[in-house]
Amino acid sequence: MISESVVDLSRFQFAMTAMYHFIFVPLTLGLAFLLAIMETTYVISGKEIYRDMTKFWGKLFGINFALGVTTGLTMEFQFGTNWAYYSHYVGDIFGAPLAIEGLMAFFLESTFIGLFFFGWDRLSKVQHLGVTWLVALGSNLSALWILVANGWMQNPVGSEFNFETMRMELVDFGALIFNPVAQVKFVHTVSAGYVTGAIFVLAISSYYMLKKQDLPFARRSFAIAAIFGLASTLSVILLGDESGYELGDVQKTKLAAIESEWETHPAPAPFTLFGIPNQEEQRTDYAIKIPYAMGIIATRSLDKEVTGLNDLMVQHEVRIRNGMVAYSELEQLRAGDRSPELMASFKENQKDLGYGLLLKKYTDKVTDASENQIKAATKDTIPNVTALFFSFRAMVASGFLMLLLFILATYAVAKRNAENKPWLLKFALFALPLPWIALQTGWYVAEGGRQPWTIAEVLPTHLSASSLSTGDVWGSIIALAAFYTVLLIIEMYLMIKFSRLGPSSLHTGKYHFEKLEAAQQEKVEGAQS
Amino acid sequence: MIEYELLKIIWWVLVGVLLIGFALTDGFDMGSMALMPFVGKNDEERRAAINTIAPHWEGNQVWFVTAGGALFAAWPMVYATAFSGMYWALLLVLFALFLRPVGFDYRSKLNNTQWRTSWDWGLCIGGAVPALVFGVAFGNMFLGIPFTLDETVRSTYTGSFFALLNPFALVCGLVSLSMLCAHGGAWLMLRTDGDLRNRSAKATQLMGIIFLVCFLGAGAWLYFGNIEGYTLAQPFNTNGVANPLAKEVLTTGNHGWMNNYSTYPITMLAPISAILGGLLIVLGAGQNKAGLSFMGSTLAVTGAILTAGFALFPFLLPSSINPTASLTMWDAVSSKNTLTVMTVVAGIFVPLILCYTTWCYYKMWGVITNKHIQENTHTLY
Repeated sequence: MISESVVDLSRFQFAMTAMYHFIFVPLTLGLAFLLAIMETTYVISGKEIYRDMTKFWGKLFGINFALGVTTGLTMEFQFGTNWAYYSHYVGDIFGAPLAIEGLMAFFLESTFIGLFFFGWDRLSKVQHLGVTWLVALGSNLSALWILVANGWMQNPVGSEFNFETMRMELVDFGALIFNPVAQVKFVHTVSAGYVTGAIFVLAISSYYMLKKQDLPFARRSFAIAAIFGLASTLSVILLGDESGYELGDVQKTKLAAIESEWETHPAPAPFTLFGIPNQEEQRTDYAIKIPYAMGIIATRSLDKEVTGLNDLMVQHEVRIRNGMVAYSELEQLRAGDRSPELMASFKENQKDLGYGLLLKKYTDKVTDASENQIKAATKDTIPNVTALFFSFRAMVASGFLMLLLFILATYAVAKRNAENKPWLLKFALFALPLPWIALQTGWYVAEGGRQPWTIAEVLPTHLSASSLSTGDVWGSIIALAAFYTVLLIIEMYLMIKFSRLGPSSLHTGKYHFEKLEAAQQEKVEGAQS
Repeated sequence: MIEYELLKIIWWVLVGVLLIGFALTDGFDMGSMALMPFVGKNDEERRAAINTIAPHWEGNQVWFVTAGGALFAAWPMVYATAFSGMYWALLLVLFALFLRPVGFDYRSKLNNTQWRTSWDWGLCIGGAVPALVFGVAFGNMFLGIPFTLDETVRSTYTGSFFALLNPFALVCGLVSLSMLCAHGGAWLMLRTDGDLRNRSAKATQLMGIIFLVCFLGAGAWLYFGNIEGYTLAQPFNTNGVANPLAKEVLTTGNHGWMNNYSTYPITMLAPISAILGGLLIVLGAGQNKAGLSFMGSTLAVTGAILTAGFALFPFLLPSSINPTASLTMWDAVSSKNTLTVMTVVAGIFVPLILCYTTWCYYKMWGVITNKHIQENTHTLY
């Protein structure tokens, strides 16, 4: 048995490194597209201000991209370092999309990003525009393959357990790619990235407008961000709703936990707007409910039930008991028994093998688990309801706030009066943290809601970790946290410095601070003569 | 459908291609940055060195990331066992590599000497440390890694980080470090001029000599130092399922891992190329001929990696405490389905990557002079 603390520490480290990585990646996704749109406008209209916009927002993109790459390195290797048994058990399926991500997407993005920064004088206008679009395409394809991998963790299709190799193996690659969970997650997540890019540009442009500096530059950036952001936010919300439907289909436990729905409600289920989940006593206090809403979101009908957590746990207990049978059959197969009856019976029971493995947290001899151990494992099959319930609501609230902002901003763009509305500009500026709140809580809903599994219903989290010592993992957590935090501080420093400086940082001589300096110079010279 | 056995061989070759691709491209990034604080005496020279690789290092680094991904997809057990076992060695590489993206992008964004010098040393560490650790890791493969597998194929590592730093492995680390420094030095000769180029030539020559001495030294140590290689006991079904616990491994009769070389003399081409490449480096750098040195370093890098690969074949991670649990390219591999899919993907994308990478180098080619840095001080790294 792996010590509980190594598993918990490894989870903490993974969460920490993934959440750090996820500060930078969505901004890259969104800004890459915005840069491509700005440069396209430049190439079509021939107006230099759009080239300056591409270059300036590109500078901030670069500062952000550097840390995205840095924190991404850890992600590529961390499955091996800290989740070795996971890597062995599912590498046959999970490794493929990661490798394809490298070959198809990351190479494209990273090879052309150098030309984006340094190729302005070496490439024709159209060639450079092509390069920018390839960077955007690369970063989006990257997200696609990562979410194909992640979608498979939530809904492990197209694969089968092989007792001879003691791991999951790929049987249908098409099913892996067209996994409905992966498809929905991909669009939901990249759209969230676009929203992040849009809020970023909108907020900083609003700052320039509030300071009355570089207005033509800020106005155009604001307009592009507002319209792109509105479209993206609508996409996030629609696909978020579609995720709700997919959840209802394949991840009933996560859905019930998000809703803190303990007892199965007669159809159609209500949506709990707010309440205080009570995991100990398995109920939700002070619940405010909207009738019918949950049934419609999750089942697209008024007559299908949304199963509650207590009923799900009853089903899980049955599967744990069946999983014990599957495990005992697996032991016989591994010992060399190849009788056709045994093989046939294992084929029947192996779908519950993962549930049997849940008992490994409590005993090495799964087949002899006591009633108490089975009860404990059953309780483990639902995630932390309180944390999920509130994370989900924080995500949705941030999403709707951003929708409101983009509607107001787009309206102002249409009326051409954004710079006369300081309240709107302040709203936009202070909305800057919103996409990150939505992203991080959303990440938690997806991955925290998957617990106690790394691969849903196949491999429990506590079995997935490497056989490391507590000291090793403590050491790496401290080192990573310290290193990342120093880098984050440096990044924020540069980001704020260059955001304040604005397009003057391009040294074209056309913008606010340079003009200010030139005017002062003239004054001094005038005084001297 | 391709036979499972053939697919396994294809993936041994493909992982090799990715490793060599990494060492040849990111190799000169790491090597040139390891040398940069020594050959660049002022800010402009250092910026010139950095800007020879500024548009390319990001793409080059993807060879490393993709090699990691390919290892995961093709040899999941190797990915799991090697990285969880050599935990601190891998983290050390990652920490060193962390310094590069930020170092390149942030260094010249502020005009402050202390800030810039700190990042210069950061970039130097980001180049030198991974180069050294990769060699040390290869060295330990020859000695065997202390891990074992239980009946559920869970790997447990019983060694420590400091045990990896044994004398033989350190010599291998020097092979790798000097080889990549020579490669990076030759790259700087190709792409810079003036004093920077002359100092790079001197450094390249020195690194070429160290490489030759250490490479020959490591080979002699393997043969005369009583390092015993492993052999797969026959009969062994190379077409069988991937179960690393189903074989016998002999720990005698492969003195110094030299059996493959005597059985297939053609493989001797690998160490010969490495030595020839080393000689070309020394010769080319001595005459300040950039192209010749770079050809030499390319040959040396390719030859040296193949030398290790051929010697160890079919072993990937020999286990020193339970030789039977050693991972080989026959039994630590993914399923036939996965290998088939990945072969198709690699068959399409590796040539495509080579094409557009070449186009990027073609577009950005040219000598970076101090004057060029002065004229583009706000747009360059």
